[in-house]
Amino acid sequence: MSITQSFLLAMKNLMLSKMRSLLTMLGIIIGVAAVITIISLGDGMSLYVEEQFESMGSNLIVASVTSQSTARKAEPEDFYQLVDEHPDALAAVSPYVPANAPLKFGTESYYSTSVIGVAETYGKISSAELEEGRYLQYLDVESMNQVCVIGSYVANNIMGGNALGNTLRIGGNTYTVVGVLKEKTGSYQGSEDDSVYIPYTNATRLNRSSMISGYYFSAVDETQMDTAQWLVEQKLYAIYQDEDSYYVMNMAQVLSMMDSVMGMITTILVAIAAISLMVGGIGIMNIMLVTVTERTREIGIRKSLGAKRKDIRTQFIIEAGATSAVGGVIGIALGSAMSGVVGNLLNISAAASVKAIVVAFSVSVAIGVVFGYLPANKAAKLNPIDALRYE
Amino acid sequence: MIRLENVYKIYHMGDTDVHAADGINLHVQKGEFVSIVGQSGSGKSTIMNIIGCLDVPTSGKYYLGGIDVSTMKDDEQSEIRNKMLGFIFQQYNLIPKLNVLENVEVPLMYGGIPKAQRRKRAMEALERVGLAAKYKNLPTQLSGGQQQRVSIARALVGNPSVILADEPTGALDSRTGIEILRFLQQLNQDGNTIILITHDNSIAVKAHRIVRLYDGKIIYDGPSDDPQALVQPYEEEHFSEDVILKGGGKA
Ligand SMILES: Nc1ncnc2c1ncn2[C@@H]1O[C@H](COP(=O)(O)OP(=O)(O)OP(=O)(O)O)[C@@H](O)[C@H]1O
Ligand SMILES: [Mg+2]
Repeated sequence: MSITQSFLLAMKNLMLSKMRSLLTMLGIIIGVAAVITIISLGDGMSLYVEEQFESMGSNLIVASVTSQSTARKAEPEDFYQLVDEHPDALAAVSPYVPANAPLKFGTESYYSTSVIGVAETYGKISSAELEEGRYLQYLDVESMNQVCVIGSYVANNIMGGNALGNTLRIGGNTYTVVGVLKEKTGSYQGSEDDSVYIPYTNATRLNRSSMISGYYFSAVDETQMDTAQWLVEQKLYAIYQDEDSYYVMNMAQVLSMMDSVMGMITTILVAIAAISLMVGGIGIMNIMLVTVTERTREIGIRKSLGAKRKDIRTQFIIEAGATSAVGGVIGIALGSAMSGVVGNLLNISAAASVKAIVVAFSVSVAIGVVFGYLPANKAAKLNPIDALRYE
Repeated sequence: MIRLENVYKIYHMGDTDVHAADGINLHVQKGEFVSIVGQSGSGKSTIMNIIGCLDVPTSGKYYLGGIDVSTMKDDEQSEIRNKMLGFIFQQYNLIPKLNVLENVEVPLMYGGIPKAQRRKRAMEALERVGLAAKYKNLPTQLSGGQQQRVSIARALVGNPSVILADEPTGALDSRTGIEILRFLQQLNQDGNTIILITHDNSIAVKAHRIVRLYDGKIIYDGPSDDPQALVQPYEEEHFSEDVILKGGGKA
C-alpha cells in the first residue's frame, strides 16, 4: 500500500470522528500554538530591543559612575578634555542627567515622560534629527537657559501638535520649546519619543546635586569602539582609583547581552511548551492504542488478505502522523493569530517566522510518528486468527 | 495442489492437551471441490486456518503448490495468502468503512497492483457476482447475501489457486445460501479449487468430495455420492466413548 493511500485513509478516519480527532489533537494544538507564540514574541521582542538600541546609535559608549565619594569626583570638563585629546577615537561626549521632576503641561503632570539633562553634543551622539526648530546650544548649557528640545510623542500627544515656541513646566520652572525631534521609535508612551531634553546644568540644579552619574560618548566609528571604551575606562580609573566605582559599556555589548538573555528566556519557555507537545504525543499514543483495539477485526481481515506487518504498521503510523500534522497546522494557525494579537497589545511586530512554522510542523509530525510507533507495531504483530475472531 | 502430511495442532489448556488436528493427511488436486464436514469442535476451522496459512501446525508438513508453508514466518504467510488463497468467511468480514469496490480492491492493493488495473479487475470480479451496479455502496447498505457475494468477488479477484470458504452460508437463509453455493459451483467449473467448510450435509453434497472430521481426525474421505459420506458419528459413539472412559476410570 502506498503512502498516499495510507494518508488518504488516515484522513478519512480522522473525518469519521471529528470530535474524537479534535480531542486527540488538542495537546499538539496547544503545544504548537504555544511554541509558535513564544518564538514569534521572542523574535519580535529581540527585534524591538535591537531597534531601540540601534536608534541610539551603535557607536555609543555609556559610562555610569556609581561611586558616592565626594573626595574624588569626575567633572564634565575631564571628559571634554579626553575627547579633545583623542579625536581619532572619540567623537563627542555629553553628560546624561535624568531630572527628578515630572513634566507638567497645562494642569497635568506626565510621569512617564523622561526629562533628561544633556549637553548640546547629545543630539549628535544620539543621532537625533530635528523635525523643526533647533537643538540645544553651547550657550543654553553655559547660561542655563530655560529651553528644551522635545520628542515627537511629547509634541504631538501631550502638547497637541503646535509645540514649537510654546512652554512647558519642569520642577516649577517654565521651559520654552526650541526644537522638536523626528519620530524615532514609533512614538508611544514611555518610548524615547516621550522625552524632554534640557541643559544638564539645569538638571543638576533641579536635582539639587552636582553629581553627574552618566556620560554618553560616541566613538568615531565602530572600529574605534574598543579603543574609545579603553580610553574612557582609563580616565575613570585615573580619577577614582577603583574599578568598582564606575562601569562602562558599549552598545554592541549591551545588544549581545540583551540577545542572549532574550534567547535564554525564549529557550526556557519553548522547553516548557515542549512538555505540552510531549503530553500531546502521549494523548495520540493513547488514542492510537484504543483505535488498534477497536479495529482488531479490520486488521485481521487485512492480514488475511495479504497485508504484511510493514503494511499495517505504516497505515497506523501514517494515521498518527496525519493526526498530529493536522493538529500542528491548526496549532500554527492559532499560534500565529495569538502572537499577532499579543504583539499588537505589546506594540511589537510579532509575526511567526517561516523557520518557526517549519520547525513546529516537523516536530508535530515527528511526535505523531514517534508516539504512533508503539501502537502501530502492536497492530502489526497481531495474529491474524485471533484478530479475525475478535468481537 | 494441497498436501497435508501428518498434521497435528495441539492446544495446551492448563494441564490437558486439546488435539484440534490429530494426524491429518489430506491431498487436494487442482480443480477439486471438497467439503470438509464435522460436528462443532471437530477441528474444521483448525484445518481451514492451516490450509489458509493463517496458522501453522504444531507438527507435520503442509505443501501448498509444492511449497512447504508449514514453517513460514508471518510476513511470508501474508505473501502466500495474497498470491494463492482467497477467503470467504461466515461473517463476510468486509471492511465497514470501505465501499464495495474498495473492499474488493484490498487484496490487489497488498499485491502491489497499480491503481487503474486494480479498479478494472475489481469491477470485473464484481460483475461476476452480479454486483457491479452497487460498487459505491458501503457494506452496511447491502443485504447479507449481497455482502457474501462481495466477499466472493474479493476472494477471487486476485486469481488465487485455492478458495477457502468457512461456513459461507451459515449466516444466510437457505435460498440465499443456495445462491451462494451456485456461485461456488460456477467458480469450480471455471477451474478454481474450492474447499468448503460446513456442518450441513445438504450443503456438503454439492461438492464432489467430502472429508469428514471427528475429534481432529479424518473419519471419511471420498466421493459425496457414497452413502457412507453422510453418516455422522452420533450420540451412541459419544455414549460408547463415555462408557470406555468410565470403564477406564474404574479399572
Ligand atoms: N485458540 C484455541 N485455544 C484452545 N483450544 C482451541 C483453540 N481453537 C480451537 N480450539 C479447540 O480445538 C477444537 C477444534 O476447534 P475448531 O474451531 O477447529 O472446531 P470447528 O470444527 O471449526 O467447530 P465449529 O463448527 O463450532 O466452528 C475445539 O475443541 C476447540 O475448543
Ligand atoms: Mg469453525
